[in-house]
Amino acid sequence: MERDKLVYMANQIAKFFESAPEGARSQGVADHINKFWEPRMRTQLFERVDSGRTEDLSPIVLGAMPSIRRPAAPLEERASKQADEHAS
Amino acid sequence: MSLIQEIDYGTPASTAEKTVTLTIDGNEVTVPEGTSLMRAAMDAGIQVPKLCATDMMDAFGSCRLCVVEIEGRNGTPASCTTPVAEGMKVSTQNERLKKIRKGVMELYISDHPLDCLTCAANGDCELQDMAGAVGLREVRYGYEGENHLGKEKDLSNPYFQFDPSKCIVCSRCVRACNEVQGTFALTVSGRGFDSLISAGTDYDNFFSSECVSCGACVQACPTATLEEKAVVEIGTPEHSVVTTCAYCGVGCSFKAEMRGEELVRMVPYKDGKANRGHSCVKGRFALGYATHKDRILNPMIRDHYSQPWREVSWDEAIGFAAKKIKDIQAKYGRGSVGGISSSRCTNEEVYVVQKMVRAGFGNNNIDTCARVCHSPTGYGLNSTYGTSAGTQDFDSVEDTDVILVIGANPTDGHPVFASRMKKRLRGKPGEEGAKLIVIDPRRIDLVKTPHIEADHHLALKPGTNVAMLTALAHVIVTEGLVNEEFVRERCEWDEFQDWAAFVADERHSPEAVESVTGVPAEEVRKAARLYATGGNAAIYYGLGVTEHSQGSTSVIAIANLAMATGNIGRRGVGVNPLRGQNNVQGSCDMGSFPHELPGYRHISNDAVRETFEELWGVKLDNEPGLRIPNMFDAAVEGTFKGLYCQGEDILQSDPDTKHVSAGLEALELLIVHDLFLNETANYANVFLPGSSFLEKNGTFTNAERRINRVRKVMAPKNGYEDWEVTQLLAQAIGMDMNYAHPSEIMAEIAATTPSFANVTYDLLDEKGSVQWPCNDQFPEGAPIMHVDGFMRGRGKFIRTEYVATDERTGPRFPLLLTTGRILSQYNVGAQTRRTGNVVWHDQDLLEIHPHDAEQRGVRDGDWVKLQSRAGETSIKAKITDRVAPGVVYTTFHHPMTQANVITTDFSDWATNCPEYKVTAVQISPSNGPTDWQEDYRELTMESRRIMPAEAAE
Ligand code: SF4
Ligand code: SF4
Ligand code: SF4
Ligand code: FES
Repeated sequence: MERDKLVYMANQIAKFFESAPEGARSQGVADHINKFWEPRMRTQLFERVDSGRTEDLSPIVLGAMPSIRRPAAPLEERASKQADEHAS
Repeated sequence: MSLIQEIDYGTPASTAEKTVTLTIDGNEVTVPEGTSLMRAAMDAGIQVPKLCATDMMDAFGSCRLCVVEIEGRNGTPASCTTPVAEGMKVSTQNERLKKIRKGVMELYISDHPLDCLTCAANGDCELQDMAGAVGLREVRYGYEGENHLGKEKDLSNPYFQFDPSKCIVCSRCVRACNEVQGTFALTVSGRGFDSLISAGTDYDNFFSSECVSCGACVQACPTATLEEKAVVEIGTPEHSVVTTCAYCGVGCSFKAEMRGEELVRMVPYKDGKANRGHSCVKGRFALGYATHKDRILNPMIRDHYSQPWREVSWDEAIGFAAKKIKDIQAKYGRGSVGGISSSRCTNEEVYVVQKMVRAGFGNNNIDTCARVCHSPTGYGLNSTYGTSAGTQDFDSVEDTDVILVIGANPTDGHPVFASRMKKRLRGKPGEEGAKLIVIDPRRIDLVKTPHIEADHHLALKPGTNVAMLTALAHVIVTEGLVNEEFVRERCEWDEFQDWAAFVADERHSPEAVESVTGVPAEEVRKAARLYATGGNAAIYYGLGVTEHSQGSTSVIAIANLAMATGNIGRRGVGVNPLRGQNNVQGSCDMGSFPHELPGYRHISNDAVRETFEELWGVKLDNEPGLRIPNMFDAAVEGTFKGLYCQGEDILQSDPDTKHVSAGLEALELLIVHDLFLNETANYANVFLPGSSFLEKNGTFTNAERRINRVRKVMAPKNGYEDWEVTQLLAQAIGMDMNYAHPSEIMAEIAATTPSFANVTYDLLDEKGSVQWPCNDQFPEGAPIMHVDGFMRGRGKFIRTEYVATDERTGPRFPLLLTTGRILSQYNVGAQTRRTGNVVWHDQDLLEIHPHDAEQRGVRDGDWVKLQSRAGETSIKAKITDRVAPGVVYTTFHHPMTQANVITTDFSDWATNCPEYKVTAVQISPSNGPTDWQEDYRELTMESRRIMPAEAAE
């Protein structure tokens, strides 16, 4: 019963915002994903959409894509850890 | 240190505002109207002799020891039953009173065994004390006459005994069971001299009766008649320390009564603001796990989980773990490791774990087991009200007129609060009890219990909460029951209107959703009217709301209802999540969600991050980290390789066991930090022994946001408190972390987290506890939230569309399985299974309706095979009409049940909180455990092999 989890989760979020007033739907999905999805997950979502495999995705999710943050720099550049500070 | 002696005022405090002044033995005292003379005297420092009165319950007036004289009145009234009056002049001691008292005592003592020297209560017996207090020197009746001596003891309860020969029939136990606990298990049978206390019917003993072993009667008994077996065995305690129960979210305060380093007993503390002197069987008695032989006290490591464990020194274990963390990060990237903190650990411990992950691992892959229970509460209440917590204190229930319980089973999950709730539901003479609405697929105990019957039990189909809650809203809006004044003043009006139009739609009416919820529309309408118009209405909810694919939506729907009816911001109303584990609230507060820093502040908020960055000397990632289910997914994909798991048994507690074990198997490093080799440890290669709550200092935050102190009463048997273990690991990976005491950790929390700004250990010692927010705005904490406005400003209404879960029944899986818990066991049972509590629940059972059982040829006690899309397991059946046809129910306290092999990986749309409460299943007769259960048993045995440490060279 392996579902495509990421797609399933995105669609589930879209389902909630489907009942939101028009205009707020895709924005709701984008905000939610930006807030809660780790960059790895967002990257996978982008890879999917970029390669055109969008058949299973809700139109609300597709509409949200432009507002979803594309993970840029790798973690190593975004943050540091205490041990590094000590080492350097 | 000494034994804390709490004052017994004899009768409960009066809540009246008006005061009365009188003189007692020449002392002028002013007390609230309605106070008893006995209590007023105690206020003036005069202790009137008493036997049948105690301040946990109403006076009864049967022993006549407490007699007094009142100027201008005839006779000698009992001071416990006589209320004060203005200008009264009372004497508590004169020749006449002395003589009466001596006579009373003489009668009692002539029927009492005189084995004081060898009695377990010697030195802790009110009968003894009173004999001394009234100056009894001789007993004229002789001891040969008819008496109650030599009666057989009832030893059936695992924790306390009943020795009827010592009973003075004061009925304190009976009243404690009725008034405090609300179980009505005890009765006084017979009359006069023949009267006797008995549990249940003539054929019952304590164990077979309705008794739930809360201990209230033992507490109330003035003699050794009801006595803890531990006191019989060990002797009386000599010192005590006040601490907090580590079992559930009620957070009861206890005195841990000790003899040296040995715990004699736990006694509920009257000043505890959550429990007010009451307890349940877990917190009071189920402590044996802390010294159980299964507890692991030495660190252990192994290269792979297929090998036996090797006991090693702390240094070696920590060094081994730290090196693996560094190697994994070097090889797979910084984001390949993470941590899970526990709702069973203290605030300080949780804080330190999230700090190690964020500042030491350099990522935000920190999550907590609260993910699997109350994360939707966080999302739902935060979106609507602006803060992720219950709105009331427990005392608030005393002012409630309508109690709505949804998806919670308080008598089993939150027993002490349930007792307080039941007290309010029963009411008292001259004061009607609160009304009760229960929304639950199962007929929980609260629906019908002595002297309580729910006004409405909406037995909905599992998974249809949102449909039900929206239908209730529909009735409130369309029948004009909205509190418009409140909404206009406190909430976003436009959003309200949008919401009101949404719920008013015909498709949300009770009639329209009847086929979905299975509840007659008229019943729903009545319940909605009662909630909206019955006075102060309060909602209490639990995991039956959150653990659904629409968990967050349900929480929002609950919040909407309370706002629409104006039931927020004062005593007696509100929205109250009943938290499962003891520190669910605290672990959420302390920043153990991957997207939030302490105090529920999003990680992308620059100003907040800077506060911590400055203090910790690092740059924090502004992106959210992996949540627990995402960690398993990433582990299976190969990008997540190392996990530190504190005090949590994810393999047993998380759904879809097979997926979880696949994730754990794929890790290169799994550090389990726990008391026992739990199920998760089957896949671990580092085991760090944990400490029990008796062995550490810290704080827990209960379901009412109350920060309670946990105090160390004995040295950690494993050598370190849990926060120290985390600190050792943090140091080993190169962090600069040097706390000397948890109070220093709390100081850091207060310095960085505005809602905790004024919290210090000194304040907690002084006040006993405080409820956050505790800062300059609320210097002593805030019992009730949103009093002058919502935390977010204006309350936000959000539309809640019902979406059926994808976990649906069909021809192959026609039944719905829902899960829950029972009173005597706790969570995955790791602790309670290792105590005397197993006598009440030695295995998990599957409840099934007689109709469904008959169709499948299943009889009571048969093994049945339980299958879902995710897997199958075997379990014994219990046939009962508590569940509706089409629904089956089980608990998950025993690992061999493997109930989570059955549950699927469906989860809440917003938080990924797993959908435990709904799984489509089929059941069929079976001969015994499944192959998977047998294999699993073998694997567990394999993985728990331990090679003792080699002798030191
Ligand atoms: S232990 Fe509690 S439930 Fe049992 S008889 Fe005593 S008061 Fe009642
Ligand atoms: S058992 Fe104890 S509390 Fe109950 S009636 Fe006897 S002496 Fe009183
Ligand atoms: S109600 Fe909860 S906190 Fe209180 S004693 Fe029982 S388990 Fe402990
Ligand atoms: S204490 Fe007042 S009558 Fe017993």
